[in-house]
Amino acid sequence: MAEPLLRVAGLTKRFGGLVANNAVGLEIGPGEVHALIGPNGAGKSTLVALVAGELFADAGAIVLSGRDVTNLGAHARARNGIGRSFQITSILGSFSVQENVAIAVQAHRGHSFRFWRAAEREEALNEAASAALRKVGLMSRAAAIAATLSHGEHRLLEIAMALAGEPKLLLLDEPTSGMGPKESRSLTDLFQELRGRYGMLLVEHDMDVVFALADRITVLASGRVIASGTPREIQADAAVRAAYLGDEDVPVERRHA
Amino acid sequence: MTTPKFTLALLALIAAAAVPWLGQPYLTRLATSVLILGIAATSLNIVVGYGGLVSFGHAAFLGIGAYTVGILGLAGLHSGFLGMPAAVAAAALAAFLIGGLSLRATGVFFIMITLAFAQMLYYAVIAAVPIGGDNGLRLDPVTFGSRVSLNQQTSLYYVSLVSLVAALYLCRRLVLSRFGRVLRGIKDNERRMISLGFFAYRYKLAAFVIAGGLGGFAGALFANLDAYASPELIHWTMSGDMLVMLILGGVGTLAGPVLGAAAFQLLQEVISSYTKHWMLFFGPLLLLIVLVSNRGVLGLVFREARRDG
Repeated sequence: MAEPLLRVAGLTKRFGGLVANNAVGLEIGPGEVHALIGPNGAGKSTLVALVAGELFADAGAIVLSGRDVTNLGAHARARNGIGRSFQITSILGSFSVQENVAIAVQAHRGHSFRFWRAAEREEALNEAASAALRKVGLMSRAAAIAATLSHGEHRLLEIAMALAGEPKLLLLDEPTSGMGPKESRSLTDLFQELRGRYGMLLVEHDMDVVFALADRITVLASGRVIASGTPREIQADAAVRAAYLGDEDVPVERRHA
Repeated sequence: MTTPKFTLALLALIAAAAVPWLGQPYLTRLATSVLILGIAATSLNIVVGYGGLVSFGHAAFLGIGAYTVGILGLAGLHSGFLGMPAAVAAAALAAFLIGGLSLRATGVFFIMITLAFAQMLYYAVIAAVPIGGDNGLRLDPVTFGSRVSLNQQTSLYYVSLVSLVAALYLCRRLVLSRFGRVLRGIKDNERRMISLGFFAYRYKLAAFVIAGGLGGFAGALFANLDAYASPELIHWTMSGDMLVMLILGGVGTLAGPVLGAAAFQLLQEVISSYTKHWMLFFGPLLLLIVLVSNRGVLGLVFREARRDG
């Protein structure tokens, strides 16, 4: 296979005595959806933060499209093609929905040390923002102030902001958390549409979503990779069933609020 | 900008332009200091109001601007074409150095570090005998060519008025530009902005430098108003006063700092004519305004529905 989109090797992160990630390794190919599952406290969000560059690893390497980004800050990694949505909604609440996405476009088009021309009138930014909003079905809310949106709409806005940066890799930290079943299903449909175009690292508790989307699954427990493989292999894996999925026939973990 | 606001601004401008015609030197002087304070508060508003960075050391840049004019005067250089840009450049350079270090901290640490830098400068200046020490530095107001001297009260007044209008226009363009959008975004949610690919530190530093430069300009005007560069301009109370003006007028609004400067100066003038303990009355009044309106005086006037409510 060609150069993977993302290669993580031997990644270790300690918080005091706690080893949140212990020699974690995984690879994501271009356009591949890679789900990351595991019980609460397994180190999933830590791994996402390490890949995003919000945290720095104590050991190990992160390679993005053949480039070692281990020592790059979060902003530089975003410029190298990482887009993300946060576990807890993170948007610019005082901005309009349109401007939230336009600023995400702005981050990747030209520089922002321009002090004179009104940014709101830059049609190239606005058009790209509208395209991203249309993609997630939020165009009708473009003029609304972002803080006034519903929870489900916030999650969609986050996805639109991530897409607007034209990333190669999407880090999706529990994108469906707090969503109703209907919203969750339409978001899954959206990811289906996007699959193949973006590599995705998907942290998700809803096993329906995971098994619907994932090309590969990595299971974390206590900071270690205990299994990695195709959805079928993971379902069949005895260690995974014992550690995580339990003995239920249909493994669906309860969503936490 | 909505029409009633624009009309009001125009009326205010006409009224302001008419002040020297009243022929009251005391009034003109008071109005000049309001204009200059308005520029100073506007410069601080760039970092505090739009960047969300509460700098408690902004007086340092006013002082550097004033002393630049004074020191050039000592060297026999009295041209405003040299003095004013030099004041801006010196203050901007200082802002680059102070901001470069203090912006590595956030929150209350940032407040304390900016305060510490300004106070260091204050004590350095009052110890520096060649530039007057704690007596400050007498100077000749600068001249622009052979015609205009800021020694003339009316000239200084109109230069200050034009400067304030220009500063407000610049500020508005800045806030709406790509740069200003990023700055406002960082104020709203810095973590998100970083994850979008913005190196937040650089934008904050640039804002700090712009604000410092404009503060230096205001300081240079103060030096001309008093024919004197005063160490009091650097003292922390000056930084505090400017923050009070912002709160009083409305943080993060265009007209707020100017209204705040006017209200501050006039209240000080009126109350202190009755008692020297003017702060005793001013304090509760400030508290009242903050409690009644979250956008300062401007919020009281326009009663805007908050956008981010």
